[in-house]
Amino acid sequence: MKVLVAVKRVVDYNVKVRVKADNSGVDLANVKMSMNPFCEIAVEEAVRLKEKGVATEIVVVSVGPATAQEQLRTALALGADRAILVEAADELNSLAVAKALKAVVDKEQPQLVILGKQAIDSDNNQTGQMLAALTGFAQGTFASKVEAAGDKLNVTREIDGGLQTVALNLPAIVTTDLRLNEPRYASLPNIMKAKKKPLETVTPDALGVSLASTTKTLKVEAPAARSAGIKVKSVAELVEKLKNEAKVI
Amino acid sequence: MTILVVAEYENGAVAPATLNTVAAAAKIGGDVHVLVAGQNVGGVAESAAKIAGVAKVLVADNAAYAHVLPENVAPLIVELASGYSHVLAPATTNGKNILPRVAALLDVDQISEIISVESADTFKRPIYAGNAIATVQSSAAIKVITVRTTGFDAVAAEGGSAAVEAVAAAHDAGISAFVGEELAKSDRPELTAAKIVVSGGRGMGNGDNFKHLYSLADKLGAAVGASRAAVDAGFVPNDMQVGQTGKIVAPQLYIAVGISGAIQHLAGMKDSKVIVAINKDEEAPIFQVADYGLVADLFEAVPELEKLV
Repeated sequence: MKVLVAVKRVVDYNVKVRVKADNSGVDLANVKMSMNPFCEIAVEEAVRLKEKGVATEIVVVSVGPATAQEQLRTALALGADRAILVEAADELNSLAVAKALKAVVDKEQPQLVILGKQAIDSDNNQTGQMLAALTGFAQGTFASKVEAAGDKLNVTREIDGGLQTVALNLPAIVTTDLRLNEPRYASLPNIMKAKKKPLETVTPDALGVSLASTTKTLKVEAPAARSAGIKVKSVAELVEKLKNEAKVI
Repeated sequence: MTILVVAEYENGAVAPATLNTVAAAAKIGGDVHVLVAGQNVGGVAESAAKIAGVAKVLVADNAAYAHVLPENVAPLIVELASGYSHVLAPATTNGKNILPRVAALLDVDQISEIISVESADTFKRPIYAGNAIATVQSSAAIKVITVRTTGFDAVAAEGGSAAVEAVAAAHDAGISAFVGEELAKSDRPELTAAKIVVSGGRGMGNGDNFKHLYSLADKLGAAVGASRAAVDAGFVPNDMQVGQTGKIVAPQLYIAVGISGAIQHLAGMKDSKVIVAINKDEEAPIFQVADYGLVADLFEAVPELEKLV
């Protein structure tokens, strides 16, 4: 089957972000950017499906700025066959991304689309579900295990109380949870080879997609800072403070 | 303005998360209706009707809605949504699974995990693992929103007397099926609702050592959580994970034991009222957010703490 994987360029997960002084957003100038960790897991899962002989071709797609080509090249180095960049503005809402991905799905006709469960910048956790709605496909969100079973896909999902397994008709949408797999590192030869793999750039206009949105961000602020605490010397002092000062036990 | 709240339920009654979500709906203002979708959910509907401030309970009791598969439940919500200004659900795994699908079918953006209501169309929500708070305004005709339950105090579970109305609509997309589930069993309070949470990290060393935390938790009436490091190392199951990718908690007291305090973990617990850190590394970032820090070997400190409380 053909597998489509969506990846997002985000600020690296180790970076402590700073809010801009004018409260218009988060300062991303000169900040290290990487592939969203959940997207890396999505790429890895697709590559493993190909290694098992389940997937035949892996197409990786990103909706974002021209610089997202770096993350697409990373995905190609990890084992994707070709890449598509839908070149658009930096900050898009999930629905706009889902609409752009829907247009790519219509064109590519994949049997399976794998996305991360959420991007660590916007923390929305929406795009996969929205793409499933727009395409009419079944969805297996927060997946910690994916198994092809004939014309169905068994997906084990992480839910609040534990795990749940669902069987999805293909084509289907899967979003990855952290425990799905451990992504591999790209080797230098593979990084070199990835430079020769095809990367197509399209615009939302060419796909006939409107990126209009019903939500706007009015301001972005730093969260209330916690006041500095104290260090206690012994367990007895800790218990005394919790009982008499904080009054929480 | 009428608001539809999609109920979360467990063991035949509404879950606490529903009460926090009704509280958020009450802040928006207007009549609050609660939708209970599932199979054999008569008891859930009865408990929903007792929630303070709920005007009406809609019950969609149908085999298609068993295990609340989003492929079937989302079209149901979309069909009902035209009569409402807002559709709310708690930001549980069910809410996160279903509502974006509803929003896309309605062709509107969804707003995830609001922590406060500024007005009927303006909300605050955390981004970047809680390192920034965004104020967002929605111009959508129907606002589809998930609610971070720790951001709102629960309304009373008793005292209401809403009318219960059956919804006949049956949507069965037939493209997904429930196969099975494996739920973690515990006598301790539910992690996201507990007043006290004791969490262990990589410093616990192995799964067996978590018994120290369990006995401390039992003495305190606390729930036990874990950092991602402890879950990934296989010490405890993943449903105990607190953090950006796990559960968000905001208890009265959070005791972090052997947890360094990575950004990912802090995102899930830094709104706790009082934070205690027990760690032998005095440079650990957890001490920057802890109200009370104890630099000590957890294997000595935890048993002693258990003795003294």
